[in-house]
Amino acid sequence: MGRKDLIGGSLWENYSQQVVDRMNQPRFRGELTEEEAVRRGGKLIVADWGAESCGDTVRLYWIVDEKTGVILDARFKSFGCGTAIASSDVMAEMCIGKTVDEAVKITNLDVEFALRDEPTRPAVPPQKMHCSVMAYDVIKKAASLYSGKEMKDYDEDEIVCECARVSLSTIKEVIRLNDLKTVEEITEYTKAGAFCKSCIRPGGHEKRKYYLEDILRETRREMERENADRGEPSFDTLTLVQKLKRIEAVLDESVRPLLARDGGGLELEDVKEENGWLNLYIGYRGACRGCAAGQAGTMMMIQQKLREQLGEKINVYSL
Amino acid sequence: MDSRIYFDNNATTQVDERVSEIMHPFERECYGNPNSLHSFGMEVRSHLATALDRLYAGISADDEDTVLVNGCATEGNNNILKSAWITQILNGRKKQIITSRVEHHSVSHTAAFLASMGVEVVEIPVDKNGVADAGALRELIDPDKTALVSVVWANSETGLMNPIRELCGIARENGVLFHTDAVQAVGKIPVSVRDIPVDYLTFTAHKFHGPKGVGGLYIRRGAPFVPLLHGGDQMGGLRSGTVNVSGAVGMGLAMELAVASLPYENTAVRKLRDSFEDTILTLEGTFAVGSRDLRTPNTSFISFKGIEGEAMLWDLNRAGLAASTGSACASESLEANPLFEAMNLNKDLSHTGIRFSLSRMTTESEVNRAAEIVKNAVLRLRAISTADQI
Repeated sequence: MGRKDLIGGSLWENYSQQVVDRMNQPRFRGELTEEEAVRRGGKLIVADWGAESCGDTVRLYWIVDEKTGVILDARFKSFGCGTAIASSDVMAEMCIGKTVDEAVKITNLDVEFALRDEPTRPAVPPQKMHCSVMAYDVIKKAASLYSGKEMKDYDEDEIVCECARVSLSTIKEVIRLNDLKTVEEITEYTKAGAFCKSCIRPGGHEKRKYYLEDILRETRREMERENADRGEPSFDTLTLVQKLKRIEAVLDESVRPLLARDGGGLELEDVKEENGWLNLYIGYRGACRGCAAGQAGTMMMIQQKLREQLGEKINVYSL
Repeated sequence: MDSRIYFDNNATTQVDERVSEIMHPFERECYGNPNSLHSFGMEVRSHLATALDRLYAGISADDEDTVLVNGCATEGNNNILKSAWITQILNGRKKQIITSRVEHHSVSHTAAFLASMGVEVVEIPVDKNGVADAGALRELIDPDKTALVSVVWANSETGLMNPIRELCGIARENGVLFHTDAVQAVGKIPVSVRDIPVDYLTFTAHKFHGPKGVGGLYIRRGAPFVPLLHGGDQMGGLRSGTVNVSGAVGMGLAMELAVASLPYENTAVRKLRDSFEDTILTLEGTFAVGSRDLRTPNTSFISFKGIEGEAMLWDLNRAGLAASTGSACASESLEANPLFEAMNLNKDLSHTGIRFSLSRMTTESEVNRAAEIVKNAVLRLRAISTADQI
């Protein structure tokens, strides 16, 4: 959050001129017919992707030279927003002259890059990246219709975040290598989850096979098990005194500095182990005392930090 | 002269010239703080009193009731829900707040926040007409458990009006507090807290040709209330912060003018809206959501098959027509339109809705031009669209 986030509604101002131009005047919209394919000595491919109920559908037409596999011509139709129309247009253009095998390597990132006015400025705002994914999927569909292969044969790896094209293996690797503990950190390292956010947790714009929250939790669990195998005890198995030391360390590192920024602080006043839960009772100091957020947002934040770093079965209460 | 056409009056309205004029003196001449003892304060107070008179009269509030001038309806809605939480749930024995499936975010997101704090939040579903189902409220409400029922009077997107008289009656029979967000009702239909005895009602000036950044919150005499803003004793200590005097004065006059315009709104504006809608509906693959007699007289929410909402809005804007869409692609969140889901409408259409909202400033020639612009946009975008059967 900061100054640039304070005024909303700027979606359209963040489109590149190329997106605007192609939305206003798509160059490759339309259809290709059997007659046209015959005339040009190629095979007609018509691929449909998406569903109207998801807000995006695209149809891609190719005429492919069967001797060389070269795409002689391409057109598209789209039920979609400005970004979807513009990216379908550029995608169709990019297909022409490539072989089918070359075309399937075009990703939504290439499409977005081609729509940029300047190499360093994104063509669309982050939440619209999602709308360019469709243009990528439909190429694979067209290629599979042409070659008779399955669509998934064109996928090299399981993709978790379609917008940023980040794979499952990359995410797991980055969690392990950098000892990541939050979804925000994953996003910072990989850009996964930075755009339409559907892949963070269920309930977003579209259903996903994998979610970052689940991947993080499972990878952390795997890491913990491995540590346990190596003789480093997991939090649950520590004695109460050892647990307290670990809790204090998390409070010092991740909580107290935040509270201190607002002139507040906290102390751990009491600990109870009940039914497998560790219940912590905290007392606020300084400006945090009497602050309404202390019973709400702040307390939830503290509990979340402890759960992320130590274990799920921790509750935080304020006295 | 601005040749653009503004059909987005449910988002905000143009300030009436008379309102604009009456507000001016409070910046350079009459700039005193109404809470000051001296003459600068004194000369402001009488104007503030007139503004309050107009607001009380506008919604038929009793002198024993309270009408607070605050920042906006979002503030009022937050205030009522959080106040109910504090007074009835945290410091009382109730557990639950009932809202509906068709609320503005200032109610639904506040309710979601309260749910995260442990409050049980229940939503009244909508019936086949798209309005909150009173029968469902009868089932849901529990005098021992329900702290507050909060239902929007008219939905901002469709203009569909909920049966507030009936819903309020059910809440009262059960001794449960009742709030309505009347933002889209004030100035469009008669709103009287004497006729329909709600406990709380919220409105905002900029939806009825008043200024932005000032709203009103009605609290029936004796209804429990905890302020959102603590501080000085402005507004009797119920809404601290120096009063936005020019805003309050502007809102007062805007309310008076809006109430006086109700007959015009219900005849002339309704006629313009109906004729616009009739013209649009001659295009194939279009339908209007909600029956006309259940809608506020200025609003049409129309689905254009095969045309995504943001793309439509883009073309309309290029041609100089401002409207709005609930389409996911135009929002930050990428969520599908919850109203379509709530009304069980065809899911394929949930990304195709465009809202046109007129006002008493709308002219017949604008309506004719707007219909032409819509027609052209539909032709262009359908030529791009994959939707085969329109």
